[in-house]
Amino acid sequence: MHVREVAAAEIIGVVAGLCVEANRRLPPDLIEAFERAAKQEESPLGKEILAQLLDNARLAERESLPACQDCGVAVVFVEAGAEVCVTGGLLADAVNAGVRQGYTEGLLRKSVVASPLRRENTGDNTPAIIHLKHVPGDRMRVIVAPKGAGSENMSALAMLRPADGVEGIVRFVVTTVERAGASACPPLVIGVGIGGNFERCAMLAKEALLRPLGEPSPDADAAALEQRLLGAVNDTGIGPGGLGGRMTALAVHVETFPCHIASLPVAVNLNCHAHRHAEAVI
Amino acid sequence: MSQIHKLTPPLADKVVEALRAGDRSTITGVIYTARDAAHRRMVEALDNGQPLPVGLEGQIIYYTGPTPAPPGRPIGSAGPTTASRMDPYAPRLMAQGLKAMIGKGARGAEVREALREYRAVYLTATPGAGALLSRHIVAAEVVAYPDLGTEAIHRLEIQDFPVIVANDCHGGDVYEAGVRQYRRG
Repeated sequence: MHVREVAAAEIIGVVAGLCVEANRRLPPDLIEAFERAAKQEESPLGKEILAQLLDNARLAERESLPACQDCGVAVVFVEAGAEVCVTGGLLADAVNAGVRQGYTEGLLRKSVVASPLRRENTGDNTPAIIHLKHVPGDRMRVIVAPKGAGSENMSALAMLRPADGVEGIVRFVVTTVERAGASACPPLVIGVGIGGNFERCAMLAKEALLRPLGEPSPDADAAALEQRLLGAVNDTGIGPGGLGGRMTALAVHVETFPCHIASLPVAVNLNCHAHRHAEAVI
Repeated sequence: MSQIHKLTPPLADKVVEALRAGDRSTITGVIYTARDAAHRRMVEALDNGQPLPVGLEGQIIYYTGPTPAPPGRPIGSAGPTTASRMDPYAPRLMAQGLKAMIGKGARGAEVREALREYRAVYLTATPGAGALLSRHIVAAEVVAYPDLGTEAIHRLEIQDFPVIVANDCHGGDVYEAGVRQYRRG
């Protein structure tokens, strides 16, 4: 089999750069979504918040500042081609070294504590949360998606009964958004994972956030559910900044996976309006 | 459109009493940062009969943990963090004279009640607008708990820092009123 060698040092540099880019430069599809939301928003305070978010995004990029002071935990997705061989070190070590370098040199906030019980800051934002997937080919795709605590703290998972059905899913998603209120920094991007099992559905919800903003699911039922959920969430009236308004969410993305006959796991991963991610192919 | 106030700490009771939920305001002058760990230490100090590291009479606390300052700037990005995490501590500090808090998100019932009792106010700055808000911070220095890093207490000099009155001292709540107004179904 053909094997392509990728040096750990190269991965370190790429990850470091992506950490900085993701925090400073909000993606263009998000900026467009802010602009659309500002036009559609009915609340004057909501419109003002959206205008400030647009100013903030432009300023962050122009002045090389993090868009939000919560530069998050670095969630790193690596899709490694089966024909790639990492040389000069372990992949996970390289990713963590990249996060250490990016968060330090990029003047990003370090928000990770070594122990959730003792709570001392590690000082370099490591360890990252790393998700590794093997895919065909000889390339490596790296996505860095920093995740702040405001929205992550308000995320939730429920093991529903199959009898709860779609109605139960809608109720759970809306309740989660209402409970989050202003704390999750709306307008939100909402990832919903349905199916799999306890841990898989949480992962589906996280992966749902990576889809281009507002792109519907290829599954017709899931796409219809996305539209219904977006409508229901926007009917809560929470609005930008939680101060009341129509634009509570910019998009809802649903991912599904087969599950047990007795199960209906649902995970809701809320993302704040700073829907940050950056990617590169090595 | 609601009234725009210009606030300069220390805040007198009559200034706080004039604020109404939904009003916009700008703040100019000195405020202090504190978030989770700094609050825990301040309340521990009070429990042990020790003085607070900064006097809170009439003062404003900003719930933020800024990013490191780039060269030539006083501070990095500095937006508000979730205020409800400070709910267990806030009434103790209001009893020490604290007059205003800046954060994001709704407060619990005990804090809303303490705002009435101590004639204090809860303000919100645009969540996540850390880069934009940092432009209104003209000077920053760590004045207590330096070992806490981003969670240390910073003394900030701010200029025309924009906030919205979220909870006033009369029971007004912009979150509750705003959501009620735009809710459907």
